[in-house]
Amino acid sequence: MKIKFWGVRGSIPSPGPNTVKYGGNTTCIEIRTDDNQLIILDGGTGIFALSQTLLKEMPVSANVFITHTHWDHIHGLPFFIPIFIPGNTLKLHGAFDPISGRGIEQVMAVQLQYSYFPVREAEMKASIEYETLMPGQSVQVGDTTVTPTLLNHPVINFGYRIDCNGKSVFFTGDHEPHYNIYGPDDESFNEYQMLIDDKEKTILAAMNGVDVLIADSSYTTEEYPAKKGWGHGTFDSTIAMGKKAGAKMVYCTHHEPTRSDADLELEFGKVLARYPRKAGDPDYRLAREGEEIEI
Amino acid sequence: MNKISPELERKLTLAVEGMPAFPKSVQKILELTRNLNTDPKELVQVIEKDPVITLKILKVLNSAYFSLPNKITSINHSVVFLGFNTIKNLALSIASVGILPKKNAAHFDVQSYLLHSLTTAGIAKLLCSKLRVPGIDPMDCYIAGLLHDFGKVVFAQFLPEEFRAAMEKARDEGISLHIAEKQIIGADHTVVGSMLAEKWQFSDTLIDCIRNHHSPSDDENAMWASVYAANQISKKMAYGNSGNPCVEELPVAVCNFLGGDIDAIIVSLGGELSKIAEEASLFAQMDSGA
Repeated sequence: MKIKFWGVRGSIPSPGPNTVKYGGNTTCIEIRTDDNQLIILDGGTGIFALSQTLLKEMPVSANVFITHTHWDHIHGLPFFIPIFIPGNTLKLHGAFDPISGRGIEQVMAVQLQYSYFPVREAEMKASIEYETLMPGQSVQVGDTTVTPTLLNHPVINFGYRIDCNGKSVFFTGDHEPHYNIYGPDDESFNEYQMLIDDKEKTILAAMNGVDVLIADSSYTTEEYPAKKGWGHGTFDSTIAMGKKAGAKMVYCTHHEPTRSDADLELEFGKVLARYPRKAGDPDYRLAREGEEIEI
Repeated sequence: MNKISPELERKLTLAVEGMPAFPKSVQKILELTRNLNTDPKELVQVIEKDPVITLKILKVLNSAYFSLPNKITSINHSVVFLGFNTIKNLALSIASVGILPKKNAAHFDVQSYLLHSLTTAGIAKLLCSKLRVPGIDPMDCYIAGLLHDFGKVVFAQFLPEEFRAAMEKARDEGISLHIAEKQIIGADHTVVGSMLAEKWQFSDTLIDCIRNHHSPSDDENAMWASVYAANQISKKMAYGNSGNPCVEELPVAVCNFLGGDIDAIIVSLGGELSKIAEEASLFAQMDSGA
C-alpha cells in the first residue's frame, strides 16, 4: 500500500514563502492499494494537484472518503478534474448530517450551487455516486477494507481505517480528544468520565496496531487552552494516542495555517524532546505535502 | 382493546416532528447558543428539562443513521457521541420550531404537565440513586420520568377533541385518565408514548417504563419501580398532574423494591422532595408570551 500526502494544512490554504517545505494545500491523502485501487481521503485543495496526475490513467475510478464536511476537507472536490470527463467514476463516501438530515450528497449539492460554482452536477460527465456510511460500517474497495469511526469535532467526523493485506492506516480527519464538561464537584462528573473513557476505548480499538496513524495535531499544548472545544488535537495528544494505539508510525498533520515551516519544525522538535523515543514507541513524523511512503 | 391503527400511528409520528418545545428551554437555548463559547454543561442542563427536546435528540441519536450497538439514553451520552457542537445545533433547530402554546384545543394544562414530568423525573432519579442497583443508572430513570407521559402532549396537540373528552370523562367519573383514554381514543397515552419510543428505537427499559407506568411489567426492575412510584408521588404531593389528579395505589412489586407504601416512601425522601418541586416550578413557568 502506498500513501501520498497532497494536502496537510488545516483550516485554509496557506501558500507562500513560509510554507514551501510542508505545503499550503488543505487536507488530501492518496492511498494506492496493492491491487492499485485509488482511495482518496478528503477533498481539500490538495486534490486538485492529485487529480492532474490521474489524467494519464483514465478511466479513473476514485473512491473518496470524506472525514467531515468543513470547507478545508471538501473545497477541492469541484476541481477534481476527472469528474468532467466521461467514463470516469467518483464514488463519494461520508457521514449522515443529523442537523440538515442529509447524507454525503450534500457536499456536492452545496458547493455546486449557481452562485458559487459555474458547473452544475448534471453537467459533470463522470458518474458520481454517493454512499452515506454509518459508524463501523466497512466498505470494500477491491482487496481493501475501509472502516469509519465517529470521532470528536464540531461536525460529524469519521476517522477511517484502511486495511489492505495485513497493512493498515488510520486517518483521524479532525479530532479533539474528549474532555469532561463537568468539574470534579459536579454530580455528573463521574458519569461523564465513564462515557468518555468508553468512547476513548472504542477509538483506540479502531486504530489499534496500525502501521501508520495520521492524526490532527493542530496545536501546541501551550496554544490549546485558548482553542479548547474547537475540535482539534495537539502534538502531545497525537503522540499519546499513537502510543496507546500501538501505531508503528505517526504522522502529525492539519498544520496551523499561520505556522511557518521553521516554526513547525521548531515546535515539533520541542515535542520530540519531551518524548524521547523508547523501544516500541511509534516513529513520529510531520506530514509534508508531496511525501510518499510505502508500507 | 388498546391498539392504534397504522394510520393513526403514521399521523402521530409525523406530528411529533413538528412539535414545538417549552418556552423556558427555547428561550434559554436561543440565549445560550448566541455565545460562541457556550458552556456545554449549562446547555445539557436546559435540554434535560424539556421533554420535547430530550425526546427529539434521543430520536436522532438512536436512529438507523448511527446504527448504535447500544442505545443512547442520556443527553450527556449524546454529547460524547455526536460532539457538543452538533448537539448544540440540534437543540437550536428544535428550539427554532417555536414554543408550545400554553392554551390548546384540548384544554390540557401544559404547564402542569411539565411540572409533573420534571418532578416525576427528579423523584425517579432520587429513588433510583437511593436503591443503588448495579447496572441501573439514575439518569436513565430521570429521562424515563421526564418522558413517561409524553403520549399526553401528543394527544393534546393532535387529537385535542378526543383527549379533552377523555379528560372530562375521567374527571366526571372519578376514574384514572388512562382508562378514559382507552374508552374514548382506543388507546391510552402509555401505548402511544411507548409506540413512538419503540419506533424511534429507544432503549428497551425506557420503552418499558413508558408502557408500564400504570401497569405491571414483565421486567419489574428498579427503574420501572422508581418511575411508577415517582409518578404517583408527584400527583400525591400535588406537584402537577398532567390531566390526571387520581393517585393510584402502588403495586406490591413497587413497594417491595422501594421498601414501603407511598406514604413511607414520601417520608423517607424528606426535604429532598420539596427541593425537586422548587427547581421544577422555576423552570415550568410559561409566562414568556405563550
